[in-house]
Amino acid sequence: MDSALIPKGVKRCPVPQFGLWLGVWTVILLWGVYALLLIWFKGLNQTNMNDSYGFALWIWADLAVIALGGGAFFTGLCKYIFGKDELKHIINYAVLLGFICYSSAQLILAIDVGQPLRAWFIFWHANVHSMLTEVAFCLSCYFGVLTIEYIPLILENRQLDKIPFVHNLTHNMHEIMAVFAATGAFLSFFHQGSLGGVAGVLFGRPFAFREHIFIWPWTFFLFTWSAAAFGPSFTLLCTKMIEWITGKKLVKQSAIELLAKISGWMMITYAIAKTADTAYWASQVNIADFYTNNPGSNYGYWILFTEIVVCGFVPALMLITPTIRKNPVLLTVAIILACIGVSINRWVMVLQVMAVPIIPFEGFAAYFPSWQEIATTILPVAYGVILVSLSYRYLPVFPDEAELNPIEDEEAAPAVEAAVEDEDSGDDAGVEPLPAEA
Amino acid sequence: MFPFNFEWIWDMSHIVFMGGLWYALTILGIGMTYCIIKAALDTFQGKGGGHHH
Repeated sequence: MDSALIPKGVKRCPVPQFGLWLGVWTVILLWGVYALLLIWFKGLNQTNMNDSYGFALWIWADLAVIALGGGAFFTGLCKYIFGKDELKHIINYAVLLGFICYSSAQLILAIDVGQPLRAWFIFWHANVHSMLTEVAFCLSCYFGVLTIEYIPLILENRQLDKIPFVHNLTHNMHEIMAVFAATGAFLSFFHQGSLGGVAGVLFGRPFAFREHIFIWPWTFFLFTWSAAAFGPSFTLLCTKMIEWITGKKLVKQSAIELLAKISGWMMITYAIAKTADTAYWASQVNIADFYTNNPGSNYGYWILFTEIVVCGFVPALMLITPTIRKNPVLLTVAIILACIGVSINRWVMVLQVMAVPIIPFEGFAAYFPSWQEIATTILPVAYGVILVSLSYRYLPVFPDEAELNPIEDEEAAPAVEAAVEDEDSGDDAGVEPLPAEA
Repeated sequence: MFPFNFEWIWDMSHIVFMGGLWYALTILGIGMTYCIIKAALDTFQGKGGGHHH
């Protein structure tokens, strides 16, 4: 039915099966939208946030998806600026994941501000002394960059690509993509950092506060570093997931191993820096007050050990070891641990840091999100799955898919036939190919 | 956001913050404008098939 829209030389599941898959995720999406509308119309009383948890599940999810989405900017930086051309096999997917992560982050923020109609105030009446203003600026601009990077992929749809203007536009955007990638890296450096800076400048919160380099606390650099380190692992994890769901090899092994290696080396250097930061911090405050001396709290030293060792050093060492990196199972274990690690880090820096009491007469306050908070946090996951599914079906997200999965059976005949018809049709007659394509 | 806003002050914070914002937006704007105009010119010159090779 939709074979004319499917990329050439690849096989896709039948429309009913695809519709069923989308239908399941759409139900979850609608559940989240219902919760979102409740929050927008009835207010933040729909949540379990309180004075101890002004930053709650949403802000953790926000910081986590931004860190995990860091794979887009860092993969782009490595490919376009550092010349790691091998990453061309995975850059489209990294951009798509980045687009999903950042649009999700903005959606979550739009829910969290409580009054989204005034969200533009942060631009118009900018507080130029606020880390969060910097985050808002860079986040919005970088989402613009990701949109610009995602547009050529949409325009490369088989039918759209037949339109000469669209084809030329795609070509021109690819030509100067390095400029956009460099701008994206600049913006990412600052917004990733400023998200960490938000915690680091809280001099009233000794468990968050860190020493500064000029105006930037250590957490600024650690957040940027961790996003660059762990983001590529999330890209790899999503690649493994889509390969598992489709039952196909979609990205060349060389690209996967290179990105895993880059992620591993970034991760090991980050883990060392984080350890040094923790050691210095521990020399300045009584960390037992942060981990163990809070009746009712489940945050023990286990969370520190899990974050830095189990989900920091362990995956880093696994990824920088060639034999482990080449083993699909161990590689998957390493990137899962890495994604958990950076998510724990954001949880600690957002929720635990704000929840642990710092005044003697205060106790530890427990928090469990309301179903509305949970539904609106799952909403971006459903949205992401739907967008990945549609993109995978209709766009050339994985440029090597046809080569890695040659079609041999007759079931794929419609798509192949459609491709042949395209080749044979006179659409291109008399149209001069671009020099780069000749 | 703009110098004509009532709260604007010509200090280093505004110049760095807002300068950075407008710098990034300018690059994106010029980049996209260049791509669109060049695509239009290329199309008028008859370039652009329907397939990547």
